[in-house]
Amino acid sequence: MSIGQFRIFFHPTKSRVVPPIATMAANLGRICGSKLLGTSGVVGFQQAKQLSTARAWTNGQKKLIASVGAVAGGLGALLFALESSVEASGTEVHPPAMPWSHRGIISSLDHQSIRRGYEVYKQVCSACHSMRYIAYRNLVGVSHTEAEAKAEAEEIMVRDGPDDTGNYYTRPGKLSDYFPSPYPNEEAARAANNGAYPPDLSYIVSARKGGEDYVFSLLTGYYDAPAGVVLRDGQYFNPYFPGGAISMSQVLYNEVIEYSDGTPPTTSQLAKDVATFLKWTSEPEHDDRKQLTIKAFGILAFLGVIAYYIKRHKWSTLKSRKIVFTPKDK
Amino acid sequence: MKAIYNTLFKRTSTYAVGIMASVFFFERAFEVGSTTLFESVNKGKLWKDIKGKYE
Repeated sequence: MSIGQFRIFFHPTKSRVVPPIATMAANLGRICGSKLLGTSGVVGFQQAKQLSTARAWTNGQKKLIASVGAVAGGLGALLFALESSVEASGTEVHPPAMPWSHRGIISSLDHQSIRRGYEVYKQVCSACHSMRYIAYRNLVGVSHTEAEAKAEAEEIMVRDGPDDTGNYYTRPGKLSDYFPSPYPNEEAARAANNGAYPPDLSYIVSARKGGEDYVFSLLTGYYDAPAGVVLRDGQYFNPYFPGGAISMSQVLYNEVIEYSDGTPPTTSQLAKDVATFLKWTSEPEHDDRKQLTIKAFGILAFLGVIAYYIKRHKWSTLKSRKIVFTPKDK
Repeated sequence: MKAIYNTLFKRTSTYAVGIMASVFFFERAFEVGSTTLFESVNKGKLWKDIKGKYE
């Protein structure tokens, strides 16, 4: 038995959103609540309850969902608490965040600094630390021209072979050769350093908590051991090093080397430059990544505008329609 | 608006050609624009800014 008739009117202007007029809102209000098709954007608790699919859940499902939520929340809180407690325990000092010029979202590395950092690595660090995964060709177009990188490579002697007669020989380095290691293997490195192994520096900034801040703070953070700290022979006190006792002595001092570009070689300048260099060796894709950030945000903003327009366009007919109920007998 | 519709969007053939042509110009403009932004923000720090000293 029919008691009346629904009629739906669409506003003639399809591509624009027209807010519902008062009489239309009144009619809608009788059917499904005045705010449902409104433009206020706020859905009240009652409306949310009407729209929710949770009404169809059984009691058992509700209890299951509630316990899953409680367990997940509890685990999250536990993990957060554990992480915080790890931050607070331990005796090492956490490195402060330095104002690196590459810190910004689209800031590139300072390539002049990378070049100076290579000089520091070559003249100071490479005496004990290897850099097995960096080749001379990697320097080209980053800190050195091709001719300069070739000249750098030719300074080292590389064991190569076998030749036509089956013998091994040494030759000057080429662009494709990797940086030479100071020790032939880990055992030799430990034997020469009181049992401590100088780590390979290729990816050290990614491999240490605190990254380049840690490297900088460690290199500039040598102090006399406070009372109560016992150091063995060949150990030095550095509060940034976990445990405090480090087997590397302080190596960077004012004017320990001379920069070819004339920059005053103070301790902090040397540490900053070598930390920038190590940042580059750890993340050689750094500059490309920052450049891609610009492109990604640009494209996403562009697509976001289009998506917003299409949403408004598709919803314009829904938002501008009028639903009228006419009872059969008045 | 009508002129654009009649010349480009009406036929699939012209629509496809229009898309390909506008993609070319959009990609060039976007690429050059973002690279210019990156290089102007980081002026003086990039290799292209300092390589003149070493060649």
